[in-house]
Amino acid sequence: MHVSVNGEMVPVDPPQTVLQLLDSLGFSGKPVAVEVNLKIVPFDRHSEYELSDGDELEVVTLVGGG
Amino acid sequence: MNLDRYIRQMRFQPLGEEGQANLSNSRVLVCGCGALGSILANTLARAGIGYIRIVDRDFLELNNLQRQVLYTEQDVADGLPKAIAAKRHLEKINSSIQIEAVVADVSASNILELVDGIDCIVDGTDNFETRFLLNDASIKTGIPWVYGGCIGAEGQTMTVLPDDTACLHCLMQAGPPPAGTTPTCDSAGILSMIINVIASIQACEAIKILSGNLDAVSRKLQVFDIWENRIRQIDLSALREGSSCPACRQHEFAWLNGNRGSQAAVLCGRNAVQLSFPDHSGISLTELEEKLQSIGQVSRNSFLLKLSVEDVALTVFPDGRAIVQGTEDESKARSIYAKYIGN
Repeated sequence: MHVSVNGEMVPVDPPQTVLQLLDSLGFSGKPVAVEVNLKIVPFDRHSEYELSDGDELEVVTLVGGG
Repeated sequence: MNLDRYIRQMRFQPLGEEGQANLSNSRVLVCGCGALGSILANTLARAGIGYIRIVDRDFLELNNLQRQVLYTEQDVADGLPKAIAAKRHLEKINSSIQIEAVVADVSASNILELVDGIDCIVDGTDNFETRFLLNDASIKTGIPWVYGGCIGAEGQTMTVLPDDTACLHCLMQAGPPPAGTTPTCDSAGILSMIINVIASIQACEAIKILSGNLDAVSRKLQVFDIWENRIRQIDLSALREGSSCPACRQHEFAWLNGNRGSQAAVLCGRNAVQLSFPDHSGISLTELEEKLQSIGQVSRNSFLLKLSVEDVALTVFPDGRAIVQGTEDESKARSIYAKYIGN
Protein backbone atom coordinates (compact mmCIF):
# COMPACT_ATOMS: atom_id res chain seq x y z
CA MET A 1 0.00 0.00 0.00
CA HIS A 2 0.97 3.65 -0.23
CA VAL A 3 0.66 6.54 2.18
CA SER A 4 1.51 10.15 1.63
CA VAL A 5 4.09 11.75 3.94
CA ASN A 6 4.44 15.53 3.73
CA GLY A 7 3.02 15.41 0.21
CA GLU A 8 5.18 12.54 -1.11
CA MET A 9 3.91 9.02 -1.78
CA VAL A 10 5.71 6.35 0.24
CA PRO A 11 5.26 2.58 -0.33
CA VAL A 12 4.74 0.65 2.94
CA ASP A 13 4.12 -2.99 3.82
CA PRO A 14 0.96 -3.53 5.87
CA PRO A 15 0.40 -3.81 8.73
CA GLN A 16 2.29 -0.65 9.54
CA THR A 17 1.98 1.61 12.55
CA VAL A 18 2.81 5.29 12.68
CA LEU A 19 5.82 4.44 14.85
CA GLN A 20 7.14 1.83 12.37
CA LEU A 21 6.78 4.28 9.51
CA LEU A 22 8.55 7.05 11.46
CA ASP A 23 11.40 4.66 12.28
CA SER A 24 11.78 3.58 8.65
CA LEU A 25 11.87 7.21 7.53
CA GLY A 26 14.63 8.15 9.98
CA PHE A 27 12.50 10.02 12.54
CA SER A 28 13.40 7.64 15.43
CA GLY A 29 13.82 9.52 18.68
CA LYS A 30 13.19 12.89 17.09
CA PRO A 31 10.55 15.23 18.47
CA VAL A 32 7.76 15.07 15.92
CA ALA A 33 4.12 16.01 15.69
CA VAL A 34 2.17 13.65 13.44
CA GLU A 35 -1.12 14.29 11.78
CA VAL A 36 -2.99 11.55 9.87
CA ASN A 37 -5.81 12.71 7.61
CA LEU A 38 -5.87 16.10 9.33
CA LYS A 39 -6.15 14.62 12.85
CA ILE A 40 -3.22 14.78 15.24
CA VAL A 41 -2.03 11.42 16.58
CA PRO A 42 -0.60 11.85 20.08
CA PHE A 43 2.90 10.44 20.69
CA ASP A 44 1.64 7.70 23.01
CA ARG A 45 -0.57 6.34 20.21
CA HIS A 46 2.15 6.16 17.53
CA SER A 47 2.90 2.51 18.35
CA GLU A 48 -0.75 1.35 18.09
CA TYR A 49 -2.10 3.51 15.27
CA GLU A 50 -2.29 1.32 12.14
CA LEU A 51 -2.07 3.07 8.80
CA SER A 52 -4.39 2.38 5.89
CA ASP A 53 -3.78 2.64 2.16
CA GLY A 54 -4.03 6.24 1.01
CA ASP A 55 -3.57 7.81 4.46
CA GLU A 56 -2.15 11.30 4.32
CA LEU A 57 0.42 12.13 6.97
CA GLU A 58 2.02 15.36 7.96
CA VAL A 59 5.15 14.91 10.04
CA VAL A 60 6.54 18.02 11.67
CA THR A 61 9.93 17.92 13.38
CA LEU A 62 9.76 20.37 16.24
CA VAL A 63 12.66 22.80 16.27
CA GLY A 64 14.21 24.65 19.16
CA GLY A 65 16.41 27.44 17.78
CA GLY A 66 15.61 31.05 18.24
CA MET B 1 -2.88 58.41 28.61
CA ASN B 2 -2.15 59.76 25.14
CA LEU B 3 -2.49 57.04 22.55
CA ASP B 4 -2.00 59.22 19.44
CA ARG B 5 1.14 57.42 18.37
CA TYR B 6 -0.86 54.20 18.01
CA ILE B 7 -3.55 55.74 15.78
CA ARG B 8 -2.91 53.38 12.83
CA GLN B 9 -3.04 50.37 15.07
CA MET B 10 -6.23 51.57 16.78
CA ARG B 11 -7.91 52.00 13.39
CA PHE B 12 -7.65 48.23 13.07
CA GLN B 13 -11.18 47.53 14.21
CA PRO B 14 -10.67 44.42 16.40
CA LEU B 15 -8.19 46.41 18.51
CA GLY B 16 -9.69 49.89 18.60
CA GLU B 17 -9.03 52.35 21.39
CA GLU B 18 -10.15 49.93 24.07
CA GLY B 19 -7.77 47.22 22.84
CA GLN B 20 -4.94 49.74 22.71
CA ALA B 21 -5.66 50.87 26.26
CA ASN B 22 -5.54 47.22 27.32
CA LEU B 23 -2.11 46.88 25.68
CA SER B 24 -0.89 49.96 27.53
CA ASN B 25 -2.02 48.45 30.82
CA SER B 26 -0.46 45.06 30.18
CA ARG B 27 2.86 43.48 31.05
CA VAL B 28 4.81 41.01 28.95
CA LEU B 29 7.89 38.89 29.59
CA VAL B 30 10.22 38.53 26.60
CA CYS B 31 12.07 35.39 27.58
CA GLY B 32 15.38 35.38 25.70
CA CYS B 33 16.40 38.32 23.52
CA GLY B 34 18.37 36.84 20.66
CA ALA B 35 16.88 36.53 17.20
CA LEU B 36 13.22 35.85 18.04
CA GLY B 37 13.43 37.99 21.16
CA SER B 38 14.78 41.01 19.25
CA ILE B 39 11.78 41.05 16.95
CA LEU B 40 9.38 40.31 19.78
CA ALA B 41 10.70 43.09 22.01
CA ASN B 42 10.91 45.57 19.15
CA THR B 43 7.40 44.83 17.86
CA LEU B 44 5.76 44.78 21.27
CA ALA B 45 7.49 48.01 22.36
CA ARG B 46 6.35 49.81 19.22
CA ALA B 47 2.84 48.38 19.64
CA GLY B 48 2.64 50.00 23.05
CA ILE B 49 2.71 47.17 25.57
CA GLY B 50 2.96 49.17 28.79
CA TYR B 51 5.61 47.14 30.56
CA ILE B 52 8.15 44.84 28.96
CA ARG B 53 10.49 42.69 31.03
CA ILE B 54 13.36 41.30 29.00
CA VAL B 55 15.45 38.47 30.37
CA ASP B 56 18.52 37.13 28.58
CA ARG B 57 21.67 35.34 29.77
CA ASP B 58 23.98 36.16 26.89
CA PHE B 59 26.17 39.01 25.62
CA LEU B 60 26.50 40.26 22.06
CA GLU B 61 28.78 38.94 19.35
CA LEU B 62 29.30 40.05 15.77
CA ASN B 63 27.63 36.96 14.28
CA ASN B 64 24.41 37.91 16.12
CA LEU B 65 23.86 40.97 13.93
CA GLN B 66 22.83 38.91 10.89
CA ARG B 67 19.46 38.25 12.54
CA GLN B 68 19.20 39.98 15.91
CA VAL B 69 17.75 43.21 14.60
CA LEU B 70 17.82 45.33 17.74
CA TYR B 71 21.59 45.47 18.04
CA THR B 72 24.47 47.40 16.51
CA GLU B 73 28.20 46.96 15.94
CA GLN B 74 28.76 49.42 18.79
CA ASP B 75 26.85 47.12 21.18
CA VAL B 76 29.16 44.29 20.15
CA ALA B 77 32.26 46.47 20.62
CA ASP B 78 30.98 47.45 24.07
CA GLY B 79 30.50 43.80 25.01
CA LEU B 80 26.99 44.49 26.26
CA PRO B 81 24.61 41.86 27.57
CA LYS B 82 21.69 41.54 25.16
CA ALA B 83 19.06 42.53 27.72
CA ILE B 84 20.88 45.78 28.52
CA ALA B 85 21.46 46.71 24.87
CA ALA B 86 17.82 45.88 24.06
CA LYS B 87 16.53 48.12 26.85
CA ARG B 88 18.73 51.02 25.71
CA HIS B 89 17.49 50.82 22.13
CA LEU B 90 13.84 50.27 23.00
CA GLU B 91 13.78 53.28 25.32
CA LYS B 92 14.73 55.42 22.33
CA ILE B 93 12.01 53.79 20.24
CA ASN B 94 9.19 54.21 22.77
CA SER B 95 9.81 56.35 25.83
CA SER B 96 6.19 56.14 26.94
CA ILE B 97 6.46 52.52 28.12
CA GLN B 98 8.53 50.85 30.84
CA ILE B 99 11.28 48.39 30.02
CA GLU B 100 13.08 46.24 32.54
CA ALA B 101 16.27 44.37 31.62
CA VAL B 102 17.29 41.27 33.55
CA VAL B 103 20.66 39.66 32.81
CA ALA B 104 20.13 36.12 34.03
CA ASP B 105 19.67 32.54 33.02
CA VAL B 106 16.03 31.52 33.22
CA SER B 107 15.89 28.65 35.68
CA ALA B 108 13.59 26.88 38.10
CA SER B 109 14.92 29.13 40.86
CA ASN B 110 13.97 32.45 39.24
CA ILE B 111 11.16 31.77 36.76
CA LEU B 112 8.27 32.47 39.14
CA GLU B 113 9.86 35.79 40.07
CA LEU B 114 10.33 36.62 36.37
CA VAL B 115 6.68 35.96 35.53
CA ASP B 116 5.38 37.76 38.62
CA GLY B 117 2.86 40.41 37.54
CA ILE B 118 3.15 39.37 33.89
CA ASP B 119 0.12 38.91 31.61
CA CYS B 120 1.76 37.00 28.75
CA ILE B 121 5.12 35.27 28.14
CA VAL B 122 6.65 35.29 24.68
CA ASP B 123 9.30 32.71 23.88
CA GLY B 124 12.61 33.96 22.54
CA THR B 125 14.63 31.09 23.98
CA ASP B 126 16.88 28.79 21.99
CA ASN B 127 16.34 25.45 23.73
CA PHE B 128 13.56 23.08 24.75
CA GLU B 129 14.69 22.69 28.37
CA THR B 130 13.85 26.33 29.04
CA ARG B 131 10.60 26.03 27.09
CA PHE B 132 9.46 23.13 29.26
CA LEU B 133 10.20 25.32 32.27
CA LEU B 134 8.17 28.17 30.73
CA ASN B 135 5.37 25.73 30.02
CA ASP B 136 5.30 24.57 33.66
CA ALA B 137 5.36 28.16 34.93
CA SER B 138 2.59 29.14 32.53
CA ILE B 139 0.28 26.29 33.58
CA LYS B 140 1.04 26.82 37.27
CA THR B 141 0.37 30.58 37.20
CA GLY B 142 -2.30 30.66 34.49
CA ILE B 143 -0.25 33.10 32.38
CA PRO B 144 -0.46 32.32 28.64
CA TRP B 145 2.73 31.79 26.66
CA VAL B 146 3.57 31.77 22.97
CA TYR B 147 6.13 29.23 21.74
CA GLY B 148 8.32 29.96 18.74
CA GLY B 149 11.22 27.94 17.33
CA CYS B 150 13.31 28.17 14.16
CA ILE B 151 16.07 26.30 12.36
CA GLY B 152 17.33 26.80 8.83
CA ALA B 153 14.41 28.20 6.85
CA GLU B 154 11.81 26.46 9.00
CA GLY B 155 9.91 27.72 12.00
CA GLN B 156 6.95 26.90 14.20
CA THR B 157 4.75 28.59 16.71
CA MET B 158 1.92 27.64 19.05
CA THR B 159 0.02 29.50 21.73
CA VAL B 160 -0.65 27.96 25.12
CA LEU B 161 -3.67 29.22 27.04
CA PRO B 162 -3.63 27.41 30.41
CA ASP B 163 -6.76 25.31 31.13
CA ASP B 164 -7.89 25.87 27.56
CA THR B 165 -5.49 24.75 24.82
CA ALA B 166 -3.00 21.89 24.58
CA CYS B 167 0.39 22.68 26.13
CA LEU B 168 3.97 22.02 25.01
CA HIS B 169 4.10 18.83 27.07
CA CYS B 170 0.94 17.54 25.32
CA LEU B 171 2.70 18.11 22.01
CA MET B 172 6.09 16.71 23.09
CA GLN B 173 5.14 13.89 25.44
CA ALA B 174 8.67 12.49 25.46
CA GLY B 175 10.03 15.77 26.82
CA PRO B 176 12.89 17.77 25.33
CA PRO B 177 15.00 15.82 22.83
CA PRO B 178 18.40 14.76 24.23
CA ALA B 179 21.23 17.17 23.35
CA GLY B 180 22.86 16.35 20.05
CA THR B 181 19.84 14.56 18.52
CA THR B 182 18.30 17.60 16.83
CA PRO B 183 19.76 20.18 14.47
CA THR B 184 20.95 23.48 15.97
CA CYS B 185 21.64 26.90 14.50
CA ASP B 186 25.28 25.73 14.41
CA SER B 187 24.70 22.62 12.32
CA ALA B 188 21.76 23.67 10.16
CA GLY B 189 22.24 27.43 10.08
CA ILE B 190 19.45 29.96 10.35
CA LEU B 191 17.93 32.48 7.96
CA SER B 192 16.85 35.76 9.52
CA MET B 193 13.70 35.80 7.40
CA ILE B 194 12.10 32.81 9.12
CA ILE B 195 12.83 34.44 12.47
CA ASN B 196 10.93 37.53 11.35
CA VAL B 197 7.96 35.42 10.24
CA ILE B 198 7.70 33.39 13.44
CA ALA B 199 8.38 36.23 15.88
CA SER B 200 5.83 38.43 14.10
CA ILE B 201 3.16 35.75 14.49
CA GLN B 202 4.13 35.29 18.15
CA ALA B 203 3.88 39.03 18.75
CA CYS B 204 0.46 39.11 17.09
CA GLU B 205 -0.72 36.24 19.28
CA ALA B 206 0.51 38.16 22.33
CA ILE B 207 -1.37 41.26 21.20
CA LYS B 208 -4.57 39.26 20.76
CA ILE B 209 -4.21 37.93 24.31
CA LEU B 210 -3.24 41.26 25.88
CA SER B 211 -5.90 43.31 24.10
CA GLY B 212 -8.64 40.92 25.22
CA ASN B 213 -9.20 39.16 21.88
CA LEU B 214 -8.81 35.56 23.10
CA ASP B 215 -11.23 34.27 20.47
CA ALA B 216 -8.77 35.25 17.75
CA VAL B 217 -5.92 33.20 19.27
CA SER B 218 -4.72 30.29 17.10
CA ARG B 219 -5.45 26.76 18.32
CA LYS B 220 -2.99 25.26 15.87
CA LEU B 221 0.67 24.49 15.54
CA GLN B 222 1.65 26.75 12.67
CA VAL B 223 4.59 25.50 10.62
CA PHE B 224 6.44 27.45 7.95
CA ASP B 225 9.20 26.43 5.58
CA ILE B 226 9.98 29.55 3.60
CA TRP B 227 12.61 27.83 1.45
CA GLU B 228 10.49 24.86 0.39
CA ASN B 229 7.44 27.16 0.31
CA ARG B 230 5.32 25.01 2.61
CA ILE B 231 2.89 26.35 5.19
CA ARG B 232 1.11 23.88 7.42
CA GLN B 233 -1.32 24.12 10.30
CA ILE B 234 -1.83 21.21 12.66
CA ASP B 235 -4.96 21.34 14.79
CA LEU B 236 -3.97 20.65 18.41
CA SER B 237 -7.40 20.67 20.03
CA ALA B 238 -7.65 16.84 20.00
CA LEU B 239 -4.38 16.61 21.96
CA ARG B 240 -5.95 17.97 25.10
CA GLU B 241 -9.15 15.93 24.93
CA GLY B 242 -8.74 12.83 27.08
CA SER B 243 -5.07 13.59 27.69
CA SER B 244 -3.32 12.75 30.95
CA CYS B 245 -0.59 15.32 30.34
CA PRO B 246 1.74 15.51 33.37
CA ALA B 247 1.91 19.30 33.06
CA CYS B 248 -1.53 20.65 32.14
CA ARG B 249 -3.69 17.79 33.44
CA GLN B 250 -1.78 16.45 36.45
CA HIS B 251 0.12 19.61 37.42
CA GLU B 252 3.32 17.73 38.18
CA PHE B 253 5.66 20.51 36.95
CA ALA B 254 8.89 18.49 36.80
CA TRP B 255 10.88 21.41 35.36
CA LEU B 256 9.50 24.03 37.70
CA ASN B 257 10.22 21.80 40.70
CA GLY B 258 13.78 21.34 39.49
CA ASN B 259 13.39 17.58 39.04
CA ARG B 260 14.27 17.92 35.38
CA GLY B 261 16.54 20.31 33.52
CA SER B 262 20.30 20.63 33.59
CA GLN B 263 22.76 23.06 35.10
CA ALA B 264 25.02 23.21 32.06
CA ALA B 265 23.83 24.02 28.56
CA VAL B 266 25.44 24.12 25.14
CA LEU B 267 24.43 27.44 23.58
CA CYS B 268 22.71 27.27 20.21
CA GLY B 269 25.01 28.34 17.37
CA ARG B 270 27.70 29.64 19.70
CA ASN B 271 30.31 26.89 20.09
CA ALA B 272 29.96 27.65 23.78
CA VAL B 273 28.86 26.10 27.05
CA GLN B 274 27.08 27.94 29.82
CA LEU B 275 27.83 26.90 33.38
CA SER B 276 25.78 27.93 36.36
CA PHE B 277 27.12 28.25 39.91
CA PRO B 278 24.35 29.73 42.06
CA ASP B 279 26.74 29.63 45.07
CA HIS B 280 29.04 32.08 43.27
CA SER B 281 26.34 34.71 42.98
CA GLY B 282 27.58 38.14 44.04
CA ILE B 283 31.11 37.51 42.80
CA SER B 284 33.09 40.78 42.53
CA LEU B 285 34.15 41.45 38.94
CA THR B 286 36.72 44.06 40.01
CA GLU B 287 38.43 41.64 42.40
CA LEU B 288 38.32 38.93 39.77
CA GLU B 289 39.88 41.29 37.24
CA GLU B 290 42.85 41.94 39.54
CA LYS B 291 43.29 38.24 40.17
CA LEU B 292 43.21 37.27 36.51
CA GLN B 293 45.28 40.05 34.98
CA SER B 294 48.51 38.06 35.05
CA ILE B 295 46.86 34.99 33.55
CA GLY B 296 45.46 36.20 30.25
CA GLN B 297 43.80 39.08 28.48
CA VAL B 298 41.01 40.46 30.69
CA SER B 299 38.31 42.97 29.82
CA ARG B 300 35.41 44.08 32.00
CA ASN B 301 32.34 46.30 31.96
CA SER B 302 29.63 46.77 34.62
CA PHE B 303 27.84 43.61 33.56
CA LEU B 304 30.50 40.99 32.85
CA LEU B 305 34.19 40.08 32.77
CA LYS B 306 35.88 38.34 29.89
CA LEU B 307 39.12 36.34 30.11
CA SER B 308 40.87 35.04 27.00
CA VAL B 309 43.01 32.11 27.98
CA GLU B 310 44.24 28.87 26.34
CA ASP B 311 41.99 28.49 23.28
CA VAL B 312 38.78 29.73 24.87
CA ALA B 313 37.11 32.92 26.04
CA LEU B 314 35.63 32.73 29.51
CA THR B 315 32.91 35.25 30.38
CA VAL B 316 31.86 35.58 34.02
CA PHE B 317 28.61 37.22 35.19
CA PRO B 318 27.96 38.52 38.72
CA ASP B 319 25.00 36.15 39.13
CA GLY B 320 27.29 33.13 39.28
CA ARG B 321 27.19 32.11 35.64
CA ALA B 322 29.97 31.70 33.13
CA ILE B 323 30.00 31.16 29.39
CA VAL B 324 32.98 29.24 28.03
CA GLN B 325 33.37 29.99 24.35
CA GLY B 326 35.43 27.88 21.99
CA THR B 327 34.19 24.48 23.13
CA GLU B 328 31.00 22.45 23.25
CA ASP B 329 32.56 20.00 25.69
CA GLU B 330 30.92 20.50 29.08
CA SER B 331 33.70 18.81 31.04
CA LYS B 332 36.37 20.92 29.34
CA ALA B 333 34.32 24.04 30.12
CA ARG B 334 34.00 22.99 33.76
CA SER B 335 37.70 22.28 34.13
CA ILE B 336 38.66 25.66 32.64
CA TYR B 337 36.28 27.42 35.01
CA ALA B 338 37.64 25.50 37.98
CA LYS B 339 41.23 26.25 36.96
CA TYR B 340 40.88 30.02 36.61
CA ILE B 341 37.85 31.05 38.67
CA GLY B 342 37.69 28.32 41.29
CA ASN B 343 35.22 25.71 42.45
